[in-house]
Amino acid sequence: MVRAEKRKLPDAFISPASSLWHRIKKARWAYTFISPFYILFAIFGLYPMVLSLYLSFTRWKGVGPMEFAGLINFGLILKDKVFWQSMENGVILFFLYVPVMLFLALALAVILNSGRVKGFRLFRTLIFLPFITNMVAAGFTFQILLEKQNGLFNVLLGYLGLPGIPWLENVWWARISLSLLIIWAWLGYNMVIMLAGLQTIPRDLTEAAQVDGASPVQAFFNITVPLMRPVILFCMITSTIGSFGLFTEVSTLTRGGPVNATITPLIRIYGLAFGSYQFGYASAVAYTFFILIFVLTIIQFRLNREQE
Amino acid sequence: MSSPGKKNLTDIVLYTVLILISIFMILPFVWMLSTSFKLPEDIFGYPPRLIPQNPILSNYTFIFQEKALLRILFNTIVIALGSTLLSLFFTTLGGYGFAKFAFPSKKTLFAILLATMIIPGAVMMVPTFVIMREFGWVDKFWPLIIPGAANAFGIFFFRQYISTINDELMDAARMDGASEFGIFWRIILPIISPGMVSLGLIFFMGSWNNYLGPLIYLKSPENWTITVAINALNGGAGLTYWGPQMAMSVISLIPLLIVFLVFQRQFVEGITAGAIKG
Repeated sequence: MVRAEKRKLPDAFISPASSLWHRIKKARWAYTFISPFYILFAIFGLYPMVLSLYLSFTRWKGVGPMEFAGLINFGLILKDKVFWQSMENGVILFFLYVPVMLFLALALAVILNSGRVKGFRLFRTLIFLPFITNMVAAGFTFQILLEKQNGLFNVLLGYLGLPGIPWLENVWWARISLSLLIIWAWLGYNMVIMLAGLQTIPRDLTEAAQVDGASPVQAFFNITVPLMRPVILFCMITSTIGSFGLFTEVSTLTRGGPVNATITPLIRIYGLAFGSYQFGYASAVAYTFFILIFVLTIIQFRLNREQE
Repeated sequence: MSSPGKKNLTDIVLYTVLILISIFMILPFVWMLSTSFKLPEDIFGYPPRLIPQNPILSNYTFIFQEKALLRILFNTIVIALGSTLLSLFFTTLGGYGFAKFAFPSKKTLFAILLATMIIPGAVMMVPTFVIMREFGWVDKFWPLIIPGAANAFGIFFFRQYISTINDELMDAARMDGASEFGIFWRIILPIISPGMVSLGLIFFMGSWNNYLGPLIYLKSPENWTITVAINALNGGAGLTYWGPQMAMSVISLIPLLIVFLVFQRQFVEGITAGAIKG
């Protein structure tokens, strides 16, 4: 369309600059329509990013004078055991829940998609339901279920003749409890995405393999899983960002404890900023965290591309 | 090929897995509901009971009378509806701009839009708080409505959605002298309304369930949203109002539950559209 417009005028009359201006003027409606995003991003995205970078070189309580601190904050981060513990927890949590969750999500999606079981809609609804629940309500409900003495889970274990588990009192069990809550909340979401992905795979493929003598389990690992790679990767990347960005789940179920075993980077940053009002240091930590996550995501992408 | 006996066994295994997982999914809801009718001393009593021995309503009357639940629900609804409607307006408008117009630097502008999606907003909580304070927006609803109103995810979603619409419809309206905004409002919006339902549900849910935002910005109890109010009933060791907390949790779920059960198909479409195409 733009080209047709240009041809109407003899070339001698328009310099490149005025032609560009002409095209911009002509597209003024398009610019108006997309402008809210860029305006809001400039105020609430770009400006905070710059301000945050500036703040990370200062010592500031949030009010009063700002004190220039040079690289002191970044030096402190290197020695900040709690922050590195929170990064480590992100990695640990990732390995605790992501493989289990994604495997279950894919397996459930394959089962529901196979048409072998009745009640597709009912099961899908039931498994998806936790996803719409706010994690404040869910976190406190899990606290009640996981209570050490008379909580339902331990009492049920007792009926089976098993000893009670210190769900929220022990370092590793607290991480497992948190993983349980996350799997509960996100399994349905991942399953629904896997279901949508499965619908793009022709059913004949797995059926043909089974006619050729492959068991359903073999067909699952040799055909479905490789074809679902892009969808699994999507779920994995969102889960990576998710496990480092945990906040509500942690603050309502374990409060970061015991002894920082479940503290996450966001909990740390929030505590520094709004607990002890170290705005400068909190900004430096946030920046470091952002860069680390960014690098991690890129590595994940690269690894995946190399494998292909 | 498998024998009928083996087939039956597989079916039993599959149903068992599905039913066990479904029970695990439903159990917290059931327990929440049950606890909300229990006396304080029965909540952690032995044995744990699904049906309360002495069911009471006082947990509910307490949150309505002592904790201004109606006010809290009103706040949550205003913020959720406000941010949903405003987001729908700006994201459909932006999606339309990118889907149906050619303009200089379009590719660069779109790349910037996509790139912003990788910035986790929560990382910016300190500087954003400082800016909101400058604006005088602390303890106001605006920080929870305005910054996300023209989000990249929504614009991306609607760009995909709108690009499938035939240009002839718009050209015909232009011939008839319709304004560019008129075309958007009267022709595009009605066509994409199913997509607006899908994404509107996601926006509404995100806002309703948001905890970190209201926790940072809403200071006075009369401005709290439901998630912050549920958390506030937890007073630390030994001081938690478990019964009222579970009652408020139950109430926090009801609106989304109704919306979800009514619009389940659109909801699932909104969730999957971003994942499979992106």
